[in-house]
Amino acid sequence: MKKEHTPLQHLFQQEFSKMVAVISNLFGLQHIETAEDIVSETFLQATETWREKGIPPNPTAWLYKVAKQKTLYHFRRDKIYAQKVMPALHAQQETTAPEPDFSLQNIRDSQLQMLFAVCNPAIASEAQIGLALRVLCGFGIDEIAEAFLTSKETINKRLFRAKEKLRTEKIKMELPPENEIDARLNNVLHIIYLLFSEGYYSTTSNQTLRKDLCLEALRLCLMLTEYERTHLPKTDALVALMCFHASRFSARQTSREAMVLYEDQDEALWDRELISRGMYYLDRSAEGTELSSYHLEAQIAYWHCMKEDTAGKWENILQLYNQLLMINYSPGVALNRTFALYKADGPEIAVTEAEKLRLENNHFYFLLLGELYKTIDPQKARHNLQQAYTLARTQTEKEGIQALIHRLDQV
Amino acid sequence: MKEFVLLFRQPSYDYSQATKEEMQALTKKWQDWLGGIAAQGKLAGNGIRLAMDGKVLSAGGVITDGPFVEIRERLGSFITVKANSLEEATTLAHGCPAIDANGSVEIRPVFG
Repeated sequence: MKKEHTPLQHLFQQEFSKMVAVISNLFGLQHIETAEDIVSETFLQATETWREKGIPPNPTAWLYKVAKQKTLYHFRRDKIYAQKVMPALHAQQETTAPEPDFSLQNIRDSQLQMLFAVCNPAIASEAQIGLALRVLCGFGIDEIAEAFLTSKETINKRLFRAKEKLRTEKIKMELPPENEIDARLNNVLHIIYLLFSEGYYSTTSNQTLRKDLCLEALRLCLMLTEYERTHLPKTDALVALMCFHASRFSARQTSREAMVLYEDQDEALWDRELISRGMYYLDRSAEGTELSSYHLEAQIAYWHCMKEDTAGKWENILQLYNQLLMINYSPGVALNRTFALYKADGPEIAVTEAEKLRLENNHFYFLLLGELYKTIDPQKARHNLQQAYTLARTQTEKEGIQALIHRLDQV
Repeated sequence: MKEFVLLFRQPSYDYSQATKEEMQALTKKWQDWLGGIAAQGKLAGNGIRLAMDGKVLSAGGVITDGPFVEIRERLGSFITVKANSLEEATTLAHGCPAIDANGSVEIRPVFG
């Protein structure tokens, strides 16, 4: 199920979000669909023209020029613009028809404003992610549907509702005012974090798509680091976190579908450049006094980039998980914390703590208990692994657990 | 689930004499205990940390400066936990480092 993008598809994907942002900025966000149509038509014309005449020396400039023409055409033709937008614009700038400004600066400003508009808390978070994938990352509807493991209709409906919200809530393309920016930035960072997780933990087997999702999330967050007002320590922390995780992308995946567990990963496949970029941003995130969950998660991910098990490593990870749980509880973090406790302080202490968690519908819980009881009580270990086997949802997981039971029986 | 406050009391101790390792070990004890409650999803609030020094005002306008060596059990800090019953909240208090230090944990339901 590997789907590689052609260079042209790649260009379109990159340019889609820039052009939609610039044109939406010109017409207003309520006309975002028109902006999308204009850009799609431009791509269609490019595909047809370039097939005949070959790709021009500067394809991006070609796209912008054609998009400008199409914008003007739409502008003159469409009644909505004639009756509603034109009078408004007339008041501002005489009779000259507006022209999209594809300068580097305006592209960047428009994309940033679009990011804040899409991540407006008025829109449901699932819809925010869908809309972000579409208008900020230039993903096709079929790709979004695949990433979410759902149908194209569902995604279309979700996007439709999200765009309707943009209109009814009168969401504008602008940066929030100074006193709101911190709270709004939290929401933007959260959506980027979810986007990344969607790619990193997605159950879709399309690896190219998953990696794309992660890289797009990273790109959006890097965009936020380029603006003074959005470049806060927590922004750096999120970039660092994503760099560290993404560095292990190739190592997590073999050619087969199975996920390679951390302990079995080939270190040589870790991306050293991403790790050192992560360190750079982790360093920068240490400015200021705020300790966000991204700071803690980035540090945990940093420690995981050291393959060697030292006592200090797991003690550090344990303390970071302790702090993370105090800010942000989730069953997954609770299980990871208990695993770190096991690595730092041994199975006896960890098993007592694990038994208190009572996550009895979670197969990872029984997997953890299976690991903890391995040396203390093999019979209990086996029983727990069998529980995990019963609860596991996919065949791949069941096979992995079966292998663990087998390994236990051989000792 | 209801909320309960866990109040820590322990004998006054002069931490200025403690070594760095001792302080680290003590911090780990507290953090691991708090992390254990948080891992069960039962930590409602991390309370506030109280500094070692301060003053006590008693009847007759007597003001005592801290650290409170003359007070047998100094009030440490508190946290808020979520539990279904007073019994469950009391179970959570087990393992609290204040008890190891010959102190106590007082468990009180929060009205509301």
